Amino acid sequence: MSATWDELVEGAGPQSREYGPLTRTDFVRYQGASGDFNPIHHDEAFAASAGYPSVFSVGMLQAGILAAYCTDWLGAEHVRRFAVQFREQVWPGDHLVCSATVAAKHDGGDGRTVDLDVLVTRVESGGTAIKGTATFVVP
Amino acid sequence: MIDGSKVGLTDEAATMPVERGKIREFARSCMSDDPEYVESPSPVILPTFLTTVNFWMNSETSPLAQVGLDLRRLLHGSQEYIFHGPPPRAGDDLTFQTRVDAIYEKEGKRGGTMTFVETVTEFRDAEGTLVAEARSTAIETGKAAS
Repeated sequence: MSATWDELVEGAGPQSREYGPLTRTDFVRYQGASGDFNPIHHDEAFAASAGYPSVFSVGMLQAGILAAYCTDWLGAEHVRRFAVQFREQVWPGDHLVCSATVAAKHDGGDGRTVDLDVLVTRVESGGTAIKGTATFVVP
Repeated sequence: MIDGSKVGLTDEAATMPVERGKIREFARSCMSDDPEYVESPSPVILPTFLTTVNFWMNSETSPLAQVGLDLRRLLHGSQEYIFHGPPPRAGDDLTFQTRVDAIYEKEGKRGGTMTFVETVTEFRDAEGTLVAEARSTAIETGKAAS
């Protein structure tokens, strides 16, 4: 069930969730689902020709994992904005942690909304894969 | 080098059916636990599902294809989705149109000029009402990774 208005507290968020280790199969499954067939995410020779040590994940895969983490919490029908910046690349074998924090609550004429700060962290390196923001309506 | 004259380039509007099986496949690939994607006959899309518009674009005439990015030097800088109401669900038909909104350059930290290409795709329902927008920033790095 989605969180209620009173359960949403500024500075707090749902329990973080860990994913992975991410595999080449995860990348390929996402590429097939999304229609982004850039070979740099599945073709080792192509990735090497571009100077990379191996293939790497599709940024939109970790964005999608983060989006699902947020909508599993507040409800897919309630999202009104989801915006991400891609920071570090994600590599085969990486574990990822998704987290979200309530940045602000708005209770105005247009109804109740909540702004979130959202994050995907790479467990092994401690680096940030994605930093973003999201807005949901809260019924 | 990317041609800055491509700013404003807009493709013809086309229609994308929002399909249950595709929604389920996409949600599974994004590791969603929401049972709605398994059980509901008309699930709501994940916010990033609109990227599957890839399958409904003409890959040769899309504005981004005409800009001509080098896949070996391509990075995804940022991505934003805006919904003007509840997001679409299975059974909806969305008419979409993409335009190149901006092209600009910055000096990269590791040398070389990075070129930024911003595109916007608008999604409208059967009545022509704007229901969602996707804004994407692609980056072509000045030189290949090493």
